[in-house]
Amino acid sequence: MEYLRNEMKMEFLALSANEGFARVAVGAFVAGLNPTVDELADLKTAVSEAVTNCIIHGYEQQEGKIWLSCCIEGRQVEITVADTGKGIKDIEQAREPLFTTKPELERSGMGFAFMEAFMDEVEVVSEPRKGTSVMMRKTIGEG
Amino acid sequence: MEHKYEKEYGCLILRMPAELDHHQSEFFKEEADQLLLKYPVRSLIFDFMDTCFMDSSGIGVIIGRCKNVRFSGGYVKAVHLNEQINRIFQLSGLKKIIEVE
Repeated sequence: MEYLRNEMKMEFLALSANEGFARVAVGAFVAGLNPTVDELADLKTAVSEAVTNCIIHGYEQQEGKIWLSCCIEGRQVEITVADTGKGIKDIEQAREPLFTTKPELERSGMGFAFMEAFMDEVEVVSEPRKGTSVMMRKTIGEG
Repeated sequence: MEHKYEKEYGCLILRMPAELDHHQSEFFKEEADQLLLKYPVRSLIFDFMDTCFMDSSGIGVIIGRCKNVRFSGGYVKAVHLNEQINRIFQLSGLKKIIEVE
């Protein structure tokens, strides 16, 4: 297969209805790499977790915008999901499985754990009151 | 949108939505709780027959409903999981607390 480079960016409102839109858009964008059913499910779940975090935690279900970009370099997919919401005080703690700041909303605290389980690499950059950016990478077709 | 359900012999079967993410979870939670209030059953079955996607939002929803039923000594089960949902159950440890068929 010839070397493929492609990139897309989108901006949408932080509404829960857009969670499905975001993961389907990424799924359609990476279709050219012929991902397996499992790989596609991994990417979609990771995107869903990242976007849901922006809505529930970044903006606390208030108004806001989410920026999602997806870059394909060869067989590697790089997805960045960013918000300008309230930010994360302690990133290490936020990434711990089962840790949640919103148990009253029945949040399981598995968001970051799933991103880490389904992607090869997850980087989180955040600053309180400025926002959060999550960058995730995964190589498609490694078996 | 109304969720499908069946009730027989003290057992409530909840048909899960097509995509159990944060968005759909909110609707599902409300309807499931109304049903559980109306029919205080001893067993609850989550039927994933129509569900093709679930993320971590679904875990909180399931655990929340389980607590309500188990509080009164009830029994909870999940059926018809696809491969993706099965992995979510495994990874999250849900399999340790709910019987899967």
